Amino acid sequence: MRLLSIDDLHVALGGRIVLEGIDLHIDRGEIVTLIGPNGSGKSTLLRTIIGAVRPAHGRLARQPGLTIGYVPQRLAIDATLPMPVARFLSLPRRRPAHAVHQALARAGVPDLEDRQMAVLSGGQFQRILLARALLEKPDLLLLDEATQGLDHRGTADFYRQIEAVRRELGCAVLMVSHELHVVMRAADRVVCLNGRICCQGALERVVTSPAYRALFGPDTGDALAFYRHDHGRHEHDHPAGTPVPPASDAAHLETTS
Amino acid sequence: MLDDFLVRAALAGIGVALAAAPLGCFVVWRRMAYFGDATAHAAILGVALSLLLSTSIFAGVLAVALLMATLVSLLGGRGYAMDTLLGVMAHSALAFGLVAVSFLSGVRIDLMAYLFGDILAVGKGDLVLIGAGALLVLALVGWRWSALLTATLDTDLARASGVDPRREQLVLTLSLAVVVAVALKVVGVLLIAALLIIPAATARPFSRTPETMALLAAAIGAASTTGGLQAAYWLDTPTGPTIVSLAAILFALSSLVGHWRPLRPEG
Repeated sequence: MRLLSIDDLHVALGGRIVLEGIDLHIDRGEIVTLIGPNGSGKSTLLRTIIGAVRPAHGRLARQPGLTIGYVPQRLAIDATLPMPVARFLSLPRRRPAHAVHQALARAGVPDLEDRQMAVLSGGQFQRILLARALLEKPDLLLLDEATQGLDHRGTADFYRQIEAVRRELGCAVLMVSHELHVVMRAADRVVCLNGRICCQGALERVVTSPAYRALFGPDTGDALAFYRHDHGRHEHDHPAGTPVPPASDAAHLETTS
Repeated sequence: MLDDFLVRAALAGIGVALAAAPLGCFVVWRRMAYFGDATAHAAILGVALSLLLSTSIFAGVLAVALLMATLVSLLGGRGYAMDTLLGVMAHSALAFGLVAVSFLSGVRIDLMAYLFGDILAVGKGDLVLIGAGALLVLALVGWRWSALLTATLDTDLARASGVDPRREQLVLTLSLAVVVAVALKVVGVLLIAALLIIPAATARPFSRTPETMALLAAAIGAASTTGGLQAAYWLDTPTGPTIVSLAAILFALSSLVGHWRPLRPEG
């Protein structure tokens, strides 16, 4: 089922064209990773999807009634604002205590309800943001560099959590990253962005494509090895009955320019 | 009972303090401290206009304050930082107001009365106005409370949850305009900003949730106004400044306590 269709999207910020000619479709249950260097318009694309930025041209169609869970890149809560975790999770809609408890457990940070947001560690904070997004019961989970500030281990744990969430909720995931080696091993599709979509497809195809090498340089062998290693293991700890990603999306690789 | 000017003054002060408390919290959380100043300065322009057009002062001040609130909301996020925008508005509104006042030949207006207010001269009509204004603002803020908090946390987060941050900003600035308009006569232009910010800042070290901070700020604001009135009566000092001085002393005490007994990270 198609959740989101973006056709020929152009976005301008402050008179400068940030995104042009973007075509992107997201189906239920797939994990799509958006990679690109700094300033390539990744965050702008996410902000356009949530409606914070108005496109200059093009079409962005959401499935009617689509609920989005959004995990922002960073969130600065002013020190003057007292905010316990449970209250944060109940904004803007009140959530029952057991739902809050469950979301925290699912995000991997159980029993933090009474903690003040200001004293959380970086990893805890990101997981609280994830818990908040999960409470929306999202059809589409948007993660904007959600692992920033986490170490390798924290990143790997975080991604494992995302996979588990996708399995349990069956939601689609669109995540942004500026480094290939943190691309999630479970990503069904990788979209390489630099103002426009350079290439997209299965990860291994994207890294070997000329457009990707032109953007990130030739130094991609390590990242690929890292990925392959993880990918092999991933096949093992995946239980049966996992939603199978749509093969057609991963099978072809589009190269523009 | 309402025939006693001190009782009327206390009721007026409490009314303003109650309405100002939750708004003051948002002003502190959103780092909009300048907003109180800007709207308050714009109020002088409102006073001048209402004298020129022979309308009621309240109407003139409310109109200018609402205009400013709308302008700030519309211009916000168009390339100027909020404090720059508010600085421009505050000083130009004050300047235009003073220029407009100079055109009023023959009329001598007592600017000091508008700068510092005269809480002891509050009449029954003023009380009704303040009561209605305070109720309106409290109802509005209470209704939008969760949405306002979400928009205060992060505009994109709010947007993704279906809250329009610009609308909430407008709710907030309009409420502030109403409070400034009803409070002008009581505490005066210069002290409104103080009554917005000081009680909220005083409540911070003792608050673990946004709600307790707003309630505490209301209690501190009400205590400052009634206590300040008493003190001014005994010491024969100007009432408006005495109220703010008392609030400032409470803030200093609260900071000391907050310093020695910081909120523990756990629990």
